[in-house]
Amino acid sequence: MPKITYIDASGTSRTVDAEVGATVMETAIRNNIPGIEAECGGACACATCHVYVDEAWREKTGEPSPMEEDMLDFGYDVRSNSRLSCQIKVTDELDGLVVTTPERQA
Amino acid sequence: MSDPIKTDALIVGAGPVGLFAVFELGLLDVRAHLVDILDKTGGQCSELYPEKPIYDIPGFPIVTAQGLVDGLTKQSAPFDPKIHLNEMVETIERIGDPLFRVTTTGGKTFEAKVIVIAAGGGSFQPKRPPIPGIEAYEAKSVHYAVRRMEDFRGKRVLIAGGGDSALDWTLNLAPIASHLTLLHRRSEFRAAPDSVNKMMALVGEGKIDFVMGQATSVEGADGRIAKVIVKRNDGSNFEIACDAVLPFFGLTMKLGPIANWGLRLNEELIPVDTEAFETNEKGIFAIGDINTYPGKLKLILSGFHEAALMARKAAHYVFPNKRQVFQYTTSSTSLQKKLGVA
Repeated sequence: MPKITYIDASGTSRTVDAEVGATVMETAIRNNIPGIEAECGGACACATCHVYVDEAWREKTGEPSPMEEDMLDFGYDVRSNSRLSCQIKVTDELDGLVVTTPERQA
Repeated sequence: MSDPIKTDALIVGAGPVGLFAVFELGLLDVRAHLVDILDKTGGQCSELYPEKPIYDIPGFPIVTAQGLVDGLTKQSAPFDPKIHLNEMVETIERIGDPLFRVTTTGGKTFEAKVIVIAAGGGSFQPKRPPIPGIEAYEAKSVHYAVRRMEDFRGKRVLIAGGGDSALDWTLNLAPIASHLTLLHRRSEFRAAPDSVNKMMALVGEGKIDFVMGQATSVEGADGRIAKVIVKRNDGSNFEIACDAVLPFFGLTMKLGPIANWGLRLNEELIPVDTEAFETNEKGIFAIGDINTYPGKLKLILSGFHEAALMARKAAHYVFPNKRQVFQYTTSSTSLQKKLGVA
């Protein structure tokens, strides 16, 4: 099972097992990771599951789709490594993925 | 006050569950008016994800959210619901047993025998941008809608956002404001290309400024804004002096006035019984995502079930002396006549 590490804005790190095919957002919600709200339930219709992808993982997670970019406009402190975690599907390749949650969700 | 609009049922929210409630009530001869704050029916389905497929509507292996709304609209059409869009139910007052007087933000008054709250996550309201302390400026300097363009005459206006609202108001206010800046995170917009071209033309003519970045904080005094601190995408900061800020960051859902209707609430949800999905107030029902009860699942199909059971009890209040007969649409000519197919 791939592992994902979530680091919150204060630096606390939590590593959990993720199911292949689930999203990084769903994995967070299932594991009670703080800092991810996912108000819309994963429809790419809000920006409350915003995360920063660790630089080392950006190539593997890829770039946001145009629709995701549109939603990121609503995020807080959006950076070049910002993604909506509901749009990142867990694969075996992402074993060890590290994401940081922003100071606040939109 | 104008004469109240009299109706059997007033449905608060015209999303999928509110629309299906029209159908279930209609089969029992209960006529309904619907009120919704959005400019269209369909609730979250139409506002948030019209093109997304839904896979768990019984009998439809796949249907888009808008497709479902269109189907529900067609299904409720025989009962000719009266739909009041762009307004929000503001107050509910009990004047009978049960009978309610209801007012809306659109200035309408209704007299309804029963009320069905099918408000989903609450009412859609403009999203407050995540800028610390912005609340303090909302009365005087920060506006989420433009009510009177004249209010901005001669002012230094900052518009934030990259959608149609941001672009439309940039174009409309450019000739009125003394100085106008459009602030957006990137060079792509989620707006009509024609508006974007017009905006860029204004920038080219030196009539407005377009700035790429994100507002991170505001400064001012006594509720009057003086400047907005903007972070550029390279991480550096700069300031934009302004008198008015218009953030257009989409919509979010808020419980809104529902909290003031005297209903028992449980974490922004309305507890109901599971026989009729009635609240602690006789004659006020709550169905769909807005309600809660043991085992509740926030699924559209649960809302449909709730609508059917609600309708039985609502019909009992509307027609207290009428015996209810349980009928199937497949075999009942009486139901088929109501649907206009027999």
